[in-house]
Amino acid sequence: MTLNRRQILLLLPAAAVAWDFVLAGTPDEAPNYKTTEHWWGMLLDITKCIGCGNCVRACAMENNVPDGYFRTWVERYHVEDWHIENPSVDSPNGGKDGFPASDKTGGKNFFVPKLCNHCVDSPCTQVCPVGATFHTADGVVLIDYNYCLGCRYCIQACPYGCRFFHPQRHTAEKCTLCYHRITKGLTTACCENCPTGARQLADLKNPNDPIHAFLKTHTVQVLKPHLATGAKMFYNGLDGSVR
Amino acid sequence: MSKFKDSAHLIRVAAVFLLGGVAFIVLRAAVIPKSFGEYGPYRGDALKEISSQPLRYAGHETCEGCHPDVLEVKSKGVHAHVNCEACHGPLAKHADDPASVVPVLPDVAQLCVRCHAENSAKPSGFPQVDAKEHAQGQSCKTCHQPHSPGFDAGGKK
Repeated sequence: MTLNRRQILLLLPAAAVAWDFVLAGTPDEAPNYKTTEHWWGMLLDITKCIGCGNCVRACAMENNVPDGYFRTWVERYHVEDWHIENPSVDSPNGGKDGFPASDKTGGKNFFVPKLCNHCVDSPCTQVCPVGATFHTADGVVLIDYNYCLGCRYCIQACPYGCRFFHPQRHTAEKCTLCYHRITKGLTTACCENCPTGARQLADLKNPNDPIHAFLKTHTVQVLKPHLATGAKMFYNGLDGSVR
Repeated sequence: MSKFKDSAHLIRVAAVFLLGGVAFIVLRAAVIPKSFGEYGPYRGDALKEISSQPLRYAGHETCEGCHPDVLEVKSKGVHAHVNCEACHGPLAKHADDPASVVPVLPDVAQLCVRCHAENSAKPSGFPQVDAKEHAQGQSCKTCHQPHSPGFDAGGKK
């Protein structure tokens, strides 16, 4: 391949921009943590979720989530055999206090834990007018609370309803995938406190992570795959009725 | 020289543009935070601020360092995969200062039914009971040891 002078000149600015990303590496807070060596996602096993609400409580406790707002929550689906496209869903207080016994008979019931999908092509990041929402090199979508104006575009843009407006801070707010924990080698608060292993943090760049074996042997799905958001929350045993 | 007799006009325009350019560069340098672009097209310090958030849950590895006896009991039972703080609550403060921060023992009357109360949405293989009928008013701890609640301890499957 030969390049003429014009092509080289055109490539120079691109190379200059790319160099910054090449140099990107380690935040000072966690000296042994290299952002470029990880790619975070999560495995949510619906066949294991018992709807105890431990994840919701742990998340609220760990991250000071205000009452009535949720970075993660659990939904209970009730699906009738004859109307699979129209499930009825309830989530009393986000599942924080567990679920009372269902009064619905027939059909099937199951729990679906939800949280930010940390999408690779996240709609929330695309709509932010001030660049306050960004992707880290390790695949986490975060908000710069100093930059956020509180315009709420991202809250509307998220197809999974994972964002909310923080009533005191007056900025958008969402799951950080416990960034302060995963950069220190810990798992997230929700995964740490899940008693059945229904939620498991997964590092897709780590070849020794059990997620790889699991993905090879199970039929997993992401939520709303038709939106092509590149969601990284993998659901095992996801029913077709889940939205 | 007559060819450029009105060059003074151009010099003034050029000076205005130059001044504007310098003002832009100075302003830009002053307004953009130092850490912007450190890791990508965002403020690098935002990452540090987010990751400096204090921990509330210490993580089971920390617990197991000081309580290997509990780990040994737990690892043999059906609660082997249930992490310490799932029942005992957030205890990072206790881990930092074990002498002065003493954790409160969870109330089994509320704790056990959170997971084991009967609910049709739970996976069918999961052990679940109607607490009133199953325990007949007795504490769960009468028959089950929470760290290793074996079925042979008196409870039925």
